[in-house]
Amino acid sequence: MTEERTTTLQLSGRKKIEFSTVLAYIVLTFWALTTIYPFIWVILNSFRQKGLIRSDSFSIPFPWMGAFTLENYETAFARSRIFQAYGNSILISSIVTLVVMLIAGFAAYALVRYHFPGREALRSLIIASMMFPVFSTIIPVYRMEVQWGIAASGKHHLSLLSTILPQIAGNLSFAIVVLMGFIRSLPIDLEESAFLDGCNVFQIYFKIIMPIAKPSFATVAIFSFLWSYNDLFTQMFFLRRPGEKTITLLLTEISSQAGVNYGLMAAAVVIVVIPVLVVYIFLQKNIIKGLTAGAIKG
Amino acid sequence: MSSTIYKNKLPLLVFLVPAFLMMGLFLYYPFVMNFFNSFSNISGLGTAAKGLNDPWYANYIRLFSDPNMRTAIKNSLFLMLMTIVFQVGIALVLAIFVDMIQKGAQFFRTVYFFPIVISATALGLLFNLIYLYDGGMLNQLLQKVFGFTQNIDWKDQDHFMATMLTPVMWQYVGFYFVILVTGLNNIPQEIYEAASLDGAGTWQRTRFISLPLLRNVLCTCLVLAITGALKVFDLPWVMMGAGIPMDESWLTGTYMYNQTFLRSDVDYGSTIAVLIVVLGVVISQIANKIFREKEY
Repeated sequence: MTEERTTTLQLSGRKKIEFSTVLAYIVLTFWALTTIYPFIWVILNSFRQKGLIRSDSFSIPFPWMGAFTLENYETAFARSRIFQAYGNSILISSIVTLVVMLIAGFAAYALVRYHFPGREALRSLIIASMMFPVFSTIIPVYRMEVQWGIAASGKHHLSLLSTILPQIAGNLSFAIVVLMGFIRSLPIDLEESAFLDGCNVFQIYFKIIMPIAKPSFATVAIFSFLWSYNDLFTQMFFLRRPGEKTITLLLTEISSQAGVNYGLMAAAVVIVVIPVLVVYIFLQKNIIKGLTAGAIKG
Repeated sequence: MSSTIYKNKLPLLVFLVPAFLMMGLFLYYPFVMNFFNSFSNISGLGTAAKGLNDPWYANYIRLFSDPNMRTAIKNSLFLMLMTIVFQVGIALVLAIFVDMIQKGAQFFRTVYFFPIVISATALGLLFNLIYLYDGGMLNQLLQKVFGFTQNIDWKDQDHFMATMLTPVMWQYVGFYFVILVTGLNNIPQEIYEAASLDGAGTWQRTRFISLPLLRNVLCTCLVLAITGALKVFDLPWVMMGAGIPMDESWLTGTYMYNQTFLRSDVDYGSTIAVLIVVLGVVISQIANKIFREKEY
C-alpha cells in the first residue's frame, strides 16, 4: 500500500515532496523521543546510586564511573517475593486470555453468520457494555462472589478465580467486536465448500474460521493478556493476602514503602515494564494490525 | 446457501451461552444492581443495604449540590475537550506525516503505540519521578538547559491541571494514531493518483482527500475519546491521589473511587457511576449526530 503511494508521490514532482518529507521526519522523530525517552530515563536511573537521581539524572551511570549500582534491584527482590508475583500474574492472565479467546470467538462467529431474532439487540448490548466503567460493576460483583464463597475465602486458588472471572467478562466485549469485524470480512465460500464436504458448524469453526482469523485472535489474546496483567483495580479488590499478590500490586506496594528512595521506585517500575516490553517487541505487528482491523470495521 | 449451513439454530446455544452468561453475571447484572444501589443506603462494601434512602432520590439531589462533584464534572469535561483537541489532533498530524514518508513508518507505529500496553500505574509512578519537586526530571531539565533557578511545584494550583492531563493524553495518542493510519491506508490509491495527475500537491491531497474521507474514522475516535475521558482513573489516581491540591483535581472516576472505597459511601459512589454512564452515552450520541456522515 505505502509502496504504491510512494511511487506516485515521486511522479508528482520531487522538490515539494522533499520539503514535506523532511518536516514529517522532524515531527515524527520528536514525538518518538517524547515516547521513548521517559523509559530510557527511568531504566538508567534504576541503576543509579541513592541520592544521585535528584542531582544528576541525565548522565549515563556507566559501571566504571562510580554512580552505577544494582542495589535498587537487590532491595526490591529482597523485600518482596517478585517471582511468586510474576507467577500469579502470568497464571491469571493466561487463563483469562485462553477463556476469552474461546468464548469470544464462538460468540463473534455466531453473531456474524447466524440470522436470528434478537441478533441486533445482542450486538447493541455488547457495544453498550464497553461503556460500563469497571467501578460501576465491581461492588455488586464483589458482593456476589463473597456469597458464592470464592472472594475473600482465604484460599489461594479461589482468590485467583475470583479475579479471573470478572476479568474475562470485562475483556469479552472488546474481543467480540474485534473478531466480528474480521469474521465479517471473510468470504463465505470456504465455509460453503466445507459444508458440502460434510463438515458440521463446529468443524467449520475450528478447522476454517479459527486458522484464517489467526491474526485477529492474536490481537485479542495479546490485549486480554496485557489488560489483565495491568488491571490494578480488579486485582486490588480480590487479591489481598500476601501470597496472592500480582506483580502490579507489588509495584504499588514497593513504591509506597520506598519513600524518598527514588532509585528503588525506578527499579520497581522497570521490573513491571520489562516483561511487557519484551512481549511487545516480539508481537507488535499482531497487536497493531488486528486492533485496527476490528476498530475500523466493527 | 449460507442459509443451509446456518439454518439449524441449535449450535447457537453452544456459541452464545458461555459469552453472554459471563457478561450477564459479571457486567449486566452488576450494572443494574449498581443502579438500584444508588437509591439505597449502603455504608460498607460487604454490608447489606439498610433500605432505601429518604427520599429515595436523595443521592441525586446531593450529586447536583456537591461542590466536589461540580469540580469533577468540570475537570472531566475539560479533559474530554483537551483529549479531543490534542490527543486526536496530535494523532491526526502524526498519521498524516507517517503517510507521507517512505521509510520507518513501521518503527514510528511501534514506538507510538508502546505506552498503551504499559500499565497506567507504572506510568503514574514514572511521571511522579518526572514531576518531582526536588530534582525531578523536568525541574532538572529546566535548570540545566533553560537556566531556571527555582524548582517548580508541578502539583500546585497553577500547574496541577497540565501536570495531570499531559500523561493521560500522551499515553493514548498512539491509540488514535494507529486507528487513523489504518483509515488513511483504506483510502483507495486511485483517488490520490487522479489528484496528482490534476496537479494537486501533498498538502492539497491531504486537505481535500485525506481529511474528508477520514471523517467517519475521526468520528469513531471522537466517541472513543469521549467515553475514555470519563473513565480515566489510574494515572490521575497514582499521581494526584485524593484531589490534590485542595479538592481541585477531582475527575469523575477518581471522585467515585474516593467516595466508594475511602469514604465507604457505596450508594453515593454508585450514583456517580450512573452519572458517568449517562454522560458518556449522551455526549457520544450528540457527537455522533453532529459528525457522522451517512454511509456511502
